[in-house]
Amino acid sequence: MGMTIAEKILAARSGNESVVPGQLIMCDTSWVLCHEITTPAALRMLEERGMDKVFNPDQIVAVPDHSVPAMNIKAAKMYQKLKSWVHEKGIKHFFDVGRGGIAHVVLENTGLVKPGDTLVSGDSHTCNAGALGAFATGVGSTDLAGAIYSGKVWFKVPETMLIKVTGQFKPGVTPKDLVLEVIKQIGADGANYMVMEWVGETIDNMDMEGRFTLTNMAIEAGGKTGIVAVDDATRAYLAARGVTPDQYTEYQSDSDAKYKVVIEIDAGALEPTVAYPHIPSNGKVAGTDKIAVTHAYVGSCTNGRISDLREVAAILKGRKVADGVQMIVVPATQAIWKQAAQEGLMEIFVDAGASVSYPSCGACLGMHSGVLGPNDVCISSSNRNFVGRMGDPSAQIYLASPATVAASAVNGYISDPRDFIGAGSAAD
Amino acid sequence: MPKVHVFGRDHINTDEIIPARHLTTDVESELAKYAMEDYDKDFVKRVQPGDIIVAGADFGCGSSREHAVWAIRGAGVAAVLAPNFARIFYRNAINNGFLALECENIVSAFQDGDEADLDLKAGVITNKRTGQVVTFVPVPQFALDVQKSGGWLEYMKETFN
Repeated sequence: MGMTIAEKILAARSGNESVVPGQLIMCDTSWVLCHEITTPAALRMLEERGMDKVFNPDQIVAVPDHSVPAMNIKAAKMYQKLKSWVHEKGIKHFFDVGRGGIAHVVLENTGLVKPGDTLVSGDSHTCNAGALGAFATGVGSTDLAGAIYSGKVWFKVPETMLIKVTGQFKPGVTPKDLVLEVIKQIGADGANYMVMEWVGETIDNMDMEGRFTLTNMAIEAGGKTGIVAVDDATRAYLAARGVTPDQYTEYQSDSDAKYKVVIEIDAGALEPTVAYPHIPSNGKVAGTDKIAVTHAYVGSCTNGRISDLREVAAILKGRKVADGVQMIVVPATQAIWKQAAQEGLMEIFVDAGASVSYPSCGACLGMHSGVLGPNDVCISSSNRNFVGRMGDPSAQIYLASPATVAASAVNGYISDPRDFIGAGSAAD
Repeated sequence: MPKVHVFGRDHINTDEIIPARHLTTDVESELAKYAMEDYDKDFVKRVQPGDIIVAGADFGCGSSREHAVWAIRGAGVAAVLAPNFARIFYRNAINNGFLALECENIVSAFQDGDEADLDLKAGVITNKRTGQVVTFVPVPQFALDVQKSGGWLEYMKETFN
């Protein structure tokens, strides 16, 4: 029987000729990604058990991102723990504060993770890297500890959901709107334990940044990971990072591969979508209700990339963030920050009255840099709108594309970005 | 006899089980003080060692933070029963030897405060008030092996040292 991409990778990395969904396998991990929130617990567990070693310091990537620069002494200690371990064990790939940014986005940009690789990390959005044709998934600190120690992780081979996307996005509609629509259709646990494999002409025509947005949010549908097959766009993206085809293995799903679910989406029918509180599946067309916002947030591993910042700048150019709205823009990495500065985007953000922050997870997870207070209403380009996610449990979080966030920031209420596109200076 | 705490909503997420503002510690007894804080801030005052949580579907969705398992276990919870669990929470439970039991009609079988008898070997939970017996999906052998070893790291240490 044919296999999917995910099944082929898991078979290869577990030393099996083939695998079937439901099978428990012990898998080699090509990469272990570590940040400062879940890694210190893993290290403590290993130390307590006298398992204080790493399987290969060259296959571990460490990027502090959640609570850095530290906002209090406890956070500073966690950062110190990660950093001292990195130095003690000779971890080769360390992207310190000022050299990194959000771990997932740093990683996608390094060329380290390659098609056919396996990647685990103590972070649910590790699935982001699936856009490169790798099998990447989030785990807890115990699994992380096990992977650091042995380079191995157990998996139950997941079933796969095939998502076929055809047609062309209308202006103002983006991959974020696509993934919010899919999660709306299948539900926040609609892909529970499944791989979400994205195919179709819309995906073929999509740049890598858009694909990362899709795979990043697999976890928001309960998915084990998202994945996109390698094509010319992937190869070019890797080549630009010095990765040559002999360094990776491309897998394609067989034509007779078995899918648990197949869904079909017409991209041309999509509208700018906003996920209402308190679950990412609660999508409605942007601007359906006139909802006043107090906060607008652009950033996160989902949508803090350069193309996202360009979309935001196109709308903010020559305009102002509405009075009473606190807008924060967080470029996902140091490199994106620099690129945005070179392109003049920073000036546009600052002139519009937005606050530009340093590369980090920022306020996405309610730890620092823009935590929401009681009854605040935030429109955010991030991935999760659970109760208390960004701060006080009474705050309301709406998820949307960067363009929708920008349009809403200007109007002061949740708005359709198409009202700004091609209708004024924004698109000029 | 353990008491049952019913959190009947679907999609109770790890942000509600242990909010990010408490993630600057990974000490179980510290985390336990805040278990379920953003869902029910009085939960830790009511819960007793050995108690059971009964919850709606997709329990533990969202963040991969294992702190969610540690927080409720630290608060005294011995098991969570739900129709199904989010994937990472479920494997975190297995790795910690903590009981996350899949049970389709569990929410309607209990009221908050009911006493229950959990029989792992028989794979059933009995509501002592109503006498209703509910069957749950047997714990996978792999999970039992991990539990027997004392957790995933102990299992791994034995297997891959």
